[in-house]
Amino acid sequence: MAASIQKVGPAIPIQCHAWSSDRQTIAVSHNDKLVELYKQQPGGSWNQTDILDQHDLRVNDIDWAPNTNRIVTCSADRNAYVWVQGADGKWKHTLVLLRINRAATCVRWSPQENKFAVGSGARIISICYLDEEKDWWVAKHIRKPLRSTITTVDWHPNNILLAAGCTDFKVRVFSTYIKEIEPKPSATEWGAKMPFANLMAEFSNSPTGGGWIHAVAFNEEGTRLAWVGHDSSIAVADAPSGMVMMKLKTNLLPFLSLLWIGPNRLLAAGHDCVPVLFHVDSAGKVSQGPKLEEGGNVVEATAAASAKNMFKNKDRLGQELVDSRLGTTHQNQINSMRILEGNKVEARRVSTTAGDGALVIWNLASGALAGKLAALKI
Amino acid sequence: QIYKMAKNTNSTAFRRIDVDKYSEDNYKEDVDNETVTAGPSENEVMSLISQNKQLDALKYVLANSPLGNKNQAVRDAALTLALRVMLSFKTSQIEEAVKQLDYEQRDILMKYIYRGFEVPNEGSSAQLLVWHDKVFNHSGVGSIVRVLTDKKKV
Repeated sequence: MAASIQKVGPAIPIQCHAWSSDRQTIAVSHNDKLVELYKQQPGGSWNQTDILDQHDLRVNDIDWAPNTNRIVTCSADRNAYVWVQGADGKWKHTLVLLRINRAATCVRWSPQENKFAVGSGARIISICYLDEEKDWWVAKHIRKPLRSTITTVDWHPNNILLAAGCTDFKVRVFSTYIKEIEPKPSATEWGAKMPFANLMAEFSNSPTGGGWIHAVAFNEEGTRLAWVGHDSSIAVADAPSGMVMMKLKTNLLPFLSLLWIGPNRLLAAGHDCVPVLFHVDSAGKVSQGPKLEEGGNVVEATAAASAKNMFKNKDRLGQELVDSRLGTTHQNQINSMRILEGNKVEARRVSTTAGDGALVIWNLASGALAGKLAALKI
Repeated sequence: QIYKMAKNTNSTAFRRIDVDKYSEDNYKEDVDNETVTAGPSENEVMSLISQNKQLDALKYVLANSPLGNKNQAVRDAALTLALRVMLSFKTSQIEEAVKQLDYEQRDILMKYIYRGFEVPNEGSSAQLLVWHDKVFNHSGVGSIVRVLTDKKKV
């Protein structure tokens, strides 16, 4: 089956999720201050193995480094914690002083996992690296020219460049080069000079404003940057062709998350509760593909459908049947999407979590979806 | 000396300063130096309508819409003209007209439709609802989302 629902805890909205490198354990946060780890059991169900309880306020984002097996969490309590699993299997935490005075909104490990970036409502991105001598995480700030809350960050494969989406309707690429821990980077399509906090590129989502940026994503080589905004649009900027930006305004509700699943293919999901495919051609133009599943509103026939209840509801609510379910697997907006199996060049399975508290795994290689993906090739 | 002090504290003008305006946390809008259009000319619009060229009149008001113009009077005048054009169509012609527009024009049209709902008169809303339906069939909820999120209002 192309989409399979997994139950990881109660049906409370899931804010964010992250997978361990072997994909057997998932870390989720159900809109509260806890991070819960669930391990897949033979038979398909999920058992809660650990609860990471250090934050005081809602956990906004989680990221799990595949090679070093470290988890980083950030929260509305203005803190981030790095969690390391000991030999006994228990997770030990280390507080990271981000030095921000507003909530932390998003966090991502760098490709080499020696740094992580935290976006915040303080209009600052904190780049944190481990000071080996003192054995603690140091945060350096990127401030200019961010003018509002950072909502999303994504790393370039060279471990130096970072893309950030912001509620000032702009997407920016910064350098996070820290001379204490890494060699000087060589030039990329985004520019040659990369001192720390240098603004390499800035894109405005729209001359008419364009809505908050909800997700940014570099492609595998780091030559293209894609993002989705609250004006129901998806855009791709192509660095080699001179920072050309191509934008598509869709007919759908805004997207909240975005993934590259192929060299020319994007998957976006959000308020329509179902992932949608997009194709990017060689000129950078974005075109919309099919949704991963069809389904308008489906009204279930329940006991309320007796004639008496029908008129009662018509009188009371102005509509005939009270219960309605969406025809899609998710019943609420999808706010987090990860590649479960594969990579940005060829993703075979992706996972989504949503406001309905469900985790859904989409098998892109399955018959039905593979057909849709193949039809997308021009 | 004492008199000077007493006079100095007489003024209470400091109480009227908006302290929040100077707060560091305030988001400051991008200062836009783009030139904005002055809006469509009434003569042109009326002349096109009288020649039964409603579709041309529609394209004209959409192309010359003063998006984001800080002068409210200019935007209101443009709205009045846009509504006049929309209401000059026969209901049966609306669908064909919408089909002739591109997606940018439909986004601007949707903005005028919603502004038109705000100032209903003499059954205008009924006609606007037909416009809304036809534009929605092409541009979906996305165009409605953009009515809400675009900073440059019509």
